[in-house]
Amino acid sequence: MSEVVPPTDSHWPLWEVFTQGSDGAPFEHAGSVHATDAEQALQNARDVYARRGEAVNLWVVPSAAITASAPSDAGPFFDPGNDKAYRHPQFYIAPRGIRIF
Amino acid sequence: MPETPRPLPTDDPAQVAAFEARIASGESIEPKDWMPERYRRQLTRMMSQHAHSEVVGMLPEGNWITRAPSLRRKMSLIAKVQDEAGHGLYIYCGTETLGVDRFQLFTQLLDGTAKYSSIFNYPTLSWADMGVIGWLVDGAAIVNQTVLAKTSYGPYARAMVRICKEENFHKRQGYEICMTLAKGTPAQRAMLQDAVDRFWWPSLMMFGPSDTDSPNSAELLRWKVKRKTNDELRQRFVNLTVPQAQELGITLPDPDLRYNAETKNWDFGAIDWAEFFEVIQGNGPCNRERLEARRAAHEEGQWVREAATAHAAKRAQSTAAA
Repeated sequence: MSEVVPPTDSHWPLWEVFTQGSDGAPFEHAGSVHATDAEQALQNARDVYARRGEAVNLWVVPSAAITASAPSDAGPFFDPGNDKAYRHPQFYIAPRGIRIF
Repeated sequence: MPETPRPLPTDDPAQVAAFEARIASGESIEPKDWMPERYRRQLTRMMSQHAHSEVVGMLPEGNWITRAPSLRRKMSLIAKVQDEAGHGLYIYCGTETLGVDRFQLFTQLLDGTAKYSSIFNYPTLSWADMGVIGWLVDGAAIVNQTVLAKTSYGPYARAMVRICKEENFHKRQGYEICMTLAKGTPAQRAMLQDAVDRFWWPSLMMFGPSDTDSPNSAELLRWKVKRKTNDELRQRFVNLTVPQAQELGITLPDPDLRYNAETKNWDFGAIDWAEFFEVIQGNGPCNRERLEARRAAHEEGQWVREAATAHAAKRAQSTAAA
């Protein structure tokens, strides 16, 4: 980064914020914050995304560390899972009136 | 700004067609998806104006924090103003998913080239304004944002869902203030009526120019960025608000306001669009004061940003040394 530019908070690294809504619930993406380091990212995430008890736990992850699937390749990428009906219980025939589960 | 209402020539027509088919089938557009350059620009414009409005919106109410009439009111007002800062951050975070630097947008706000909601260029002259802003201004924002929560761009829609939940607290605390004043002394009732008289028309202007005079609307509706027109939303707001005003026993300052049994709408009088465009152009009562306050806040916060940067560097160094 150039020295002439005064530091601005949006030049700090970007962190993706994940919140766990209640004990045992999965973590969900909430948004992002800029922060100098992980600890400040946690504090900023708390102030921005958990002002009303929305979270019992927070994760902050450097945005640059996330590898995502490409939307343009979504078809072929997920294809192996799309044509295997035999992985679903509905594929199998059971006599009427019998409780399987 | 004269812009052609068509995708920029760099966009591949086949890709545009595929994109529009996705929109038509109700799919949500995500940051890494292909989108027409024009869609990206329109969203950046809308979202950044929205974020700026949240940030500038802190100022009229911040004006009354030190003079709130009770500790309860003061706590609510501080929480509300803090929410507005949070809302600004949610939406700026959304704009960054479009590949824009938040600081670049913020610079446009500070140098006066960016727009924000005209409502925040009106002064807050009495405590009743805090009630009326919560009731009318946040009420109008909820009507607008409830529909934006179904906008086609995923990050914007998700930010709106979060914001709408919080705005409900804003509106109720505002209406509670209004109700307390409405049940108070004649002087308190007069103060409430005066605030309503000043904020009613600017609140209606918050929905933007009439559909006949809104250059961006058709394209934004086609791309499902907007789901309802400015006039539709304005009418919905009026229909919702009139019974609330009647409950307060105050008069809305519009002699033409009457119920239309045929359309089941509350018909209202002509809006002074000349005033609206004057305020948008920067000639409202408080435009200069608002921008000066934002600039001062930014400059006076510089040492905090520098200190945080230095602190992180020092800690990284000591961690490396350990």
